Amino acid sequence: MRYALLMHHHEPAEGELSAEAQRAFDVYAKALQQAGVLLAAEVLQPMDASTTVTNRDGAVQVQDGPFAATKEALAGVFLIDVPDLDAAIGWAGKCPGAQWGTMEIRPVATSFVDGGWTR
Amino acid sequence: MDTLTSNSSSARAAELAARDSYGRLLALLSAASHDVTAAEDALGDAFEQAVRTWPVQGVPATPDAWLLTVARNRLRDRWRAAEYRRTLALDPERDAPIHLDDVDVDAIPDRRLELMLVCAHPAIDRAMHTPLMLNTVLGFTAEQIGRAFSVPAATMATRLVRVKKRIRTTGIPFRLPDRDDLPPRMAAVLEAVYGAYVIDRTETGPEALHLAEVLAALVPDDPEARGLAALVQLSAARAVARTGPDGRFVPLADQDPARWDRRLIGRAHEHLRAAHTHGRLGRFQVEAAIQALHCTGSPEVRTLLDLHRILQDLAPSLGGGVALAAVTAEAEGPASGLARLDALMSEAGEAASRFQPARATRAHLLASLGRHDEAVAEYEQAIALTADSAERAHLRNLRAVEGSRHAARNQQGSYRGP
Repeated sequence: MRYALLMHHHEPAEGELSAEAQRAFDVYAKALQQAGVLLAAEVLQPMDASTTVTNRDGAVQVQDGPFAATKEALAGVFLIDVPDLDAAIGWAGKCPGAQWGTMEIRPVATSFVDGGWTR
Repeated sequence: MDTLTSNSSSARAAELAARDSYGRLLALLSAASHDVTAAEDALGDAFEQAVRTWPVQGVPATPDAWLLTVARNRLRDRWRAAEYRRTLALDPERDAPIHLDDVDVDAIPDRRLELMLVCAHPAIDRAMHTPLMLNTVLGFTAEQIGRAFSVPAATMATRLVRVKKRIRTTGIPFRLPDRDDLPPRMAAVLEAVYGAYVIDRTETGPEALHLAEVLAALVPDDPEARGLAALVQLSAARAVARTGPDGRFVPLADQDPARWDRRLIGRAHEHLRAAHTHGRLGRFQVEAAIQALHCTGSPEVRTLLDLHRILQDLAPSLGGGVALAAVTAEAEGPASGLARLDALMSEAGEAASRFQPARATRAHLLASLGRHDEAVAEYEQAIALTADSAERAHLRNLRAVEGSRHAARNQQGSYRGP
């Protein structure tokens, strides 16, 4: 099964990732790759870099933000393919982000692979 | 009388056997399809077909194998039908409930432990662990479970549907967790099974207690599973004696040991002996040891006090604290028991003041200290918190006794003014 491990943490973040944290993410991503479960690993810019787009009745609206009042914001996405939730929980727990933020595990409903949507 | 007893016990044995095969078959079908709802539907169809055909064609030599085969075919039909409906490409390797073909129907493996681990998985709402187990492992209906948990049947049914869907969509596995993860997962399973012990069982009957026996049989080397089975059996052994012939509540000290179920007590002791060979003490073993001591009829109060202290160290709880205070009163007098109870209650705050055993115990202690007016007030509180009607009547009697003692003392004008 495919799972998105969504990394959330407090914003505003305290500056850039420390060298130590960067090393931890490097080790983590390489472990995912070595286990053959990694599909994608993305650490995101903070929320003040985000732009919102909507399309209602053909009118495309672009806005800065969202600057929702939530305390935690999406900070990264790891896409993995593992047999079950227990395996996903295992990997989520090893993510450096779990030590200061929250990891949300979302099963993938359907994904576009080799030119078609699969289950 | 004898025939009646043997009839009802054989009816009970038949019911347990039916629940056992239901749980075993459902566990097997769910593990293969990862879809508890689909497995339930298929098994339901199989049972329906059995009711139709067995009276005509006779009961098959191995009923479970027959039911499994029919249910398996149902699942496969469902899957084939889904294949036509779906516009998306299916991966037969991944989507077919193919593992069912590997099942040797003559030696049906038991996957109920895996099913119980799914029911008590950390990704599932804790409040649903016990209901889900009663529903899937023992086959209780949402209506029965709803009544046991004081929840409307429709609400319980909705919750069960939602949680089963969650098992499928989140991909909770039907397998034993890794060695490191096993202890916390087993602890959750034990908690959920214990949950079946504390619910109101007037609706589910003693069958709800069967979960503990199933679990102990699945993991015979787990001393806490054995301890829990012993605890449940020792309590069940005395269930009949809790109610007098007139329907009145009978406290432990006044119960007639002749009415206790010796066979159940014997089984419990077997479990405890097996548990103790592992030399790994745990909360349920200690609780069972305490109950076993009570079942001797005349428990050694010092030993009882030691066990309650150990229990509060291992697994501190409000109920355990109240019991410890009560035993302290027996061993060292009501004044030290009350001191301990009051310390516990001021520490626990609001929760303790709404805790029926705390108020009832406090009332008893005040009564034995001769503080009758305070005892009456405390009995009032305890009565208001008591759900069991027999026990409520018992407390009302005690309150009346305290009330008359208080009045008598006032008349004598001994040491309290008008």
